[in-house]
Amino acid sequence: MEPARTVHRRKIFLCLLLVGVMFALLIVRCGYLMIAQADYYNEMADDLHYRERTIKAARGLIYDRNGTIIAANKAVCTVSVIYNQMTDREKVIEILCRELELSEDRVRSLVEKYSSREIIKTNVDLEVGKKIRSYELDGVKVDEDYRRFYPYGTMASKVLGFTGGDNQGIIGLEVEYEDVLKGDNGLILALADAAGVEIENAEELRVEPVAGDNLYLTLDVNIQLYAQQMAEKVMEEKQAKAVSVIIMNPQNGEIYAMVNVPEFDLNEPYTLLTEGQTALGSEEYVKQLNVMWRNRSINDTYEPGSTFKMITASAALEEGVVSPESSFYCPGYRIVEDRRIRCHKTAGHGAEDFTHGLMNSCNPVFIDVGLRLGAEKYYGYLKDFGLLTKTGVDLPGEAGTIMHKPENIGEVELATMSFGQSFQITPMQLLTTASAIVNGGDRVTPHFGMEVQNSDGTRIERLTWEVQEDVISESTSALMCQLLEKVVSEGGGSKGQVAGFSVGGKTATSEKLPRGNGKYISSFVGFAPADDPQVIALITIDEPVGVYYGGTIAAPVISDIFQKILPYLGISKEDT
Amino acid sequence: MKGWVRTNRYYDHRLFWIIVVLAAFGLMMVLSSSSYAAAKKLDDSLYYFKRQGMILAGGIAVMVIVSHLDYHRWFSLALWAYVGAVVLMVLVNYTPFGVELNGKKRWFGIGGHSLFQAAELVKLSMILSLAVWVTRLGKRVDRWPVLIGLAVVCLPLIILVADNNLSTGIILLGILFVMLFVASRRKLRFFLAAGSVVGLAGLFVSLRAKLVEFGILESYQLERIEVWIDPLAYKLEGGFQVLQGLYAIGSGGLFGKGLGQSLQKLGFVPEAQNDMVFSIICEELGLVGAAAVLMIFFMMLWRFAVIAGNAPDMFGTMLVTGVMAHIAIQVILNVAVVTNTIPNTGITLPFISYGGTSVLFLLIEMGLVLSVSNQIRICR
Repeated sequence: MEPARTVHRRKIFLCLLLVGVMFALLIVRCGYLMIAQADYYNEMADDLHYRERTIKAARGLIYDRNGTIIAANKAVCTVSVIYNQMTDREKVIEILCRELELSEDRVRSLVEKYSSREIIKTNVDLEVGKKIRSYELDGVKVDEDYRRFYPYGTMASKVLGFTGGDNQGIIGLEVEYEDVLKGDNGLILALADAAGVEIENAEELRVEPVAGDNLYLTLDVNIQLYAQQMAEKVMEEKQAKAVSVIIMNPQNGEIYAMVNVPEFDLNEPYTLLTEGQTALGSEEYVKQLNVMWRNRSINDTYEPGSTFKMITASAALEEGVVSPESSFYCPGYRIVEDRRIRCHKTAGHGAEDFTHGLMNSCNPVFIDVGLRLGAEKYYGYLKDFGLLTKTGVDLPGEAGTIMHKPENIGEVELATMSFGQSFQITPMQLLTTASAIVNGGDRVTPHFGMEVQNSDGTRIERLTWEVQEDVISESTSALMCQLLEKVVSEGGGSKGQVAGFSVGGKTATSEKLPRGNGKYISSFVGFAPADDPQVIALITIDEPVGVYYGGTIAAPVISDIFQKILPYLGISKEDT
Repeated sequence: MKGWVRTNRYYDHRLFWIIVVLAAFGLMMVLSSSSYAAAKKLDDSLYYFKRQGMILAGGIAVMVIVSHLDYHRWFSLALWAYVGAVVLMVLVNYTPFGVELNGKKRWFGIGGHSLFQAAELVKLSMILSLAVWVTRLGKRVDRWPVLIGLAVVCLPLIILVADNNLSTGIILLGILFVMLFVASRRKLRFFLAAGSVVGLAGLFVSLRAKLVEFGILESYQLERIEVWIDPLAYKLEGGFQVLQGLYAIGSGGLFGKGLGQSLQKLGFVPEAQNDMVFSIICEELGLVGAAAVLMIFFMMLWRFAVIAGNAPDMFGTMLVTGVMAHIAIQVILNVAVVTNTIPNTGITLPFISYGGTSVLFLLIEMGLVLSVSNQIRICR
């Protein structure tokens, strides 16, 4: 055998050279991928490697004006499954069905869904969560979480509102102050392997959650609870459909209480108050839920009736078309155009001055006053009083005023409007306007929100509310206070008296539409002390059975409430 | 048997240490790339590491023994090696001696127990047989009929291999080509052949859809080409492996994430310790590490070239040339596949990818090369 010749040797080195060139090209190719396209592939790789987990921020607490917690957080669990990590799906399905009381179909569809993480149930009790954890099922995660808890249950249910599965507000203040209360969720970006299992000891990016801000309300738990108790009592006595009470400081619009009985349990917002919930179809069930959650003081309108005579009186006095001494005659009816409009006293009040017309709540007097003002002026006053716009209360879904168009107001319409019929407003609107009439003439914005504090109290923000000054003059306001005091001390609102305090007020008995169905809303607006009102309240009793006069059934409730809360609010008794 | 020959003989220690360094590095990368998956699947993070380590230790011992045996003693085995390889492939392909693993019937085994991957032995056999034949034929290799005859003799074996393992078939073809090229005194025909293969490949790629219509290309082969052109479009099916490899490479940067820091090995790159191990090297050691690995391979090939050029006889030259072609082709194809430079085909990275048979036969080949180096006489 002969050794390799030069020609073979050359060829071998030619091969080596070619290999070298190819290696160089491959290194260039690697360099292109690793340097030039690094960002492109890095980004895609990061998407692949990082699992995002949110850390729920604790929702801000809600306090009443005295610092009593009325909406708190309770630790609960969220149960979820990770598809890739489950080893025994059947067992997972079986245990989750049993412990969470869910249907098998539902759990099965979630467990067998191919996704990185599927939430089975939120708001699971801590005990149940711990039990599920104790099974040590692969791929089942039990994460602790917060759930809203309302220590007072039914108190101010329609005002406070409640939260849903994601701790988001569903109705009431929880919705209105969602941005304040919700806080910022934190984030964990954790490295995970291909199966979605997080890698232990790997660095993780963590963004801490920021707890929601705490909200302090103008609401007073003691006043609210007492008013609720009184409202429930009268609702039961009068077998009424519903009773609403709003208690407010007329000087600044701070709402002390807003009761809408029947209230529902905020911790069980999906349980209907009526029996036989399961028998309902889902559509009917949702409808009934919405009825139950409705805040009648704000979401519903009604014909205010005689309480509205306060407004007509103020407008007329302000305009100067009447004085307290102006004389009128009531034959028991008044004919306007082709209509005969009756007074509630069919025999008639006879000759009376304006003061007594208000005290007697005499319709013909107010028809005359309204006609004297004229449609244009009257409408102008309604507008100035702010009656045609919403009050701006800090609750969602406030209903607007339902009013004739100005060009459609004829004499008949004007006559009926003068004593509070043929249009609709919300109870909140009536109380807000009444406040302006008695507080010196300023239209305040009724509100619940008083102060916002961050969770450690280092940032305190006082909420401010718009005040529209001098919608009526101070002198008219003072006069109205005097006249309304007379309504209570000597007139139709006498059951609204409170021993030791001067109370002003006006009663109303509105017949619900259609007329003649025998359904009424009895109401009473009261305020005290009459010469410098510190508190104003409105009660509406929907469809009372039996005696339905506002002066008889509504005024005593406010009297009861005032008796309790006036001393509580530090308003001293007058010397008699 | 001449026994241990030491006097006045050369022994390529540089090559020896390059092999040891490469094997150690490969073992380290097997550990790094497999430990997570091994811990999860087999409950033993060192499973692949231990197996590879044992085979490496045994393989190096075999290599040292082979290197100290005169390679001429294998000269007479040429025909047996060839016939044995054909018989082995027939057994694996068509009889129960072939054992299926991971859906591929590539293993020789008895009673269902796999022993070794047949193709690895075939590579060694073909190198040996071809080296012997070329040496025997001497200058006659330049004649067309002889050249074609050699190719025709090798073809049945290559077809048998390609039948169930196209990549190894291509490697065998490559080895055949390089060995004939080196053995022959002619050049032009080889350049023309190489040029036409490259041209044909280009034609295949551009006419791929038509070729499938005419039944020349299988649809799965078409898909591989499509995946190669746009892996992102097939990210859940064929493109998954390539794309995951690219993610790994792309996130490496200049210096990498550091040894052991790969994320893609955590189940993203399937079987990271096998064909795709180079992508993990890129991710952990960066461009610098990847270039260093190729540099070590190049140093190894350079030593081969030196030994082949100085071998005492044509047999030694051709033996080393065959091994050199084998290593070079596999390294180039593997890195090209991992970087998606060519369509995906399963080729391991010599010494680094996990695989007992592969490492064992590679080390035997190294033993042969060292043995050739050992027969070089130093005349000073």
